[in-house]
Amino acid sequence: MTDELAPTREHWRWKEDRWHDRGLRWEDASIISAGIDVGSVSSQAVVMVDGRLFAWSSIRTGASSPQSARDAMARALEGTGLEVERIHFIVGTGYGRVNVPFAHKAITEIHCHARGANFMYGDRVRTILDMGGQDCKAIRCDERGKVVNFRMNDKCAAGTGRGMEVFADLLQVPIDRVGPMSLEVDEEPPPVSSTCVVFAKSEASGLLRQGWPKEKVLAAYCSAMAHRVFALLRSVRVEREFAITGGIAKNPGVVRRIERELGFEAIRSDIDSQIAGALGAALFAHALEQKARSGGGERR
Amino acid sequence: MKAHHGYEDGSGRFYITVDTARCNGCAECVAACPARALEMVEEDPMEERLVAAISEAHRRRIRYSCASCKPTGYDPVTLPCVAACEPDAIEHSW
Repeated sequence: MTDELAPTREHWRWKEDRWHDRGLRWEDASIISAGIDVGSVSSQAVVMVDGRLFAWSSIRTGASSPQSARDAMARALEGTGLEVERIHFIVGTGYGRVNVPFAHKAITEIHCHARGANFMYGDRVRTILDMGGQDCKAIRCDERGKVVNFRMNDKCAAGTGRGMEVFADLLQVPIDRVGPMSLEVDEEPPPVSSTCVVFAKSEASGLLRQGWPKEKVLAAYCSAMAHRVFALLRSVRVEREFAITGGIAKNPGVVRRIERELGFEAIRSDIDSQIAGALGAALFAHALEQKARSGGGERR
Repeated sequence: MKAHHGYEDGSGRFYITVDTARCNGCAECVAACPARALEMVEEDPMEERLVAAISEAHRRRIRYSCASCKPTGYDPVTLPCVAACEPDAIEHSW
């Protein structure tokens, strides 16, 4: 009997990814910069060549921050022929930023997300919602990507990627199907009442037992998450030029519901929303190297 | 920059706001805080100017870190960090 059981699937496991621009030659570059964002759930590395996006990677964070930073960097550089030693300036950011072994400087993720979003969505972006693995931040910035106001909610996992992973597992729905599936309801169910992931999970189990279909439960959870971050957004006074970064930006079930509450749409980008922090760090690295060469900056 | 450090949960909103445009970098608040919840950080990564901020370790439990300075009775209390701040850059949400 037991061997007929399907193996347990780990539906929370989102896809790791990497990319590099084959048309760009780092050999001719004057400044090669990199940013590494070691988050609580995922880690990213971004390499830029003279201020242009050259390579990036996005992987799951392991138990050790330094190792995750090394792995992310190795994945980004795969097949490019470039070595870490040849990168002029590296900036670390995120939750594990002080533990990035080869970084020349650590910068908070608030600054990096604003700067990265400014590059990804253009200089018109004024309000950024970063929905990370374990916290959530609302940031307002100016046309140069400089932060003017921010509020973070870093106490719990409700409204974050980790919460979504828990739900994907509970309902046995692959994580990239959660958003689309939650939009398959004819009528919006009332949101789950708990904001805490642990309580929301037991509430969802109860709903399943009552016979709610998966998509309805997911809709109830996505709308609860959207409502929760909407409150955070409102507290920094959201402007129309608005964008979402982080893993949840890939979940249309949450994004659409945030847009519905706001009454307008978020700006989209062709660049992966998860790399915003590392991208901002790489942009700072480029600017800091430039500053150092012109004689004004710091070097380790 | 208005930097709101802290969190919101079912029991309330617990934020300490530092107006970094007002902060003059004197670090008097860092010395005044009995919980050592404040530290000096770079305001902008491209400049060297330091401003006050709540340290990462205290952000998640700011309500408890600040508890010993909060009023317990009816008498209003001036918080040590707020009192120490000459340019009036620090605010508490609760």
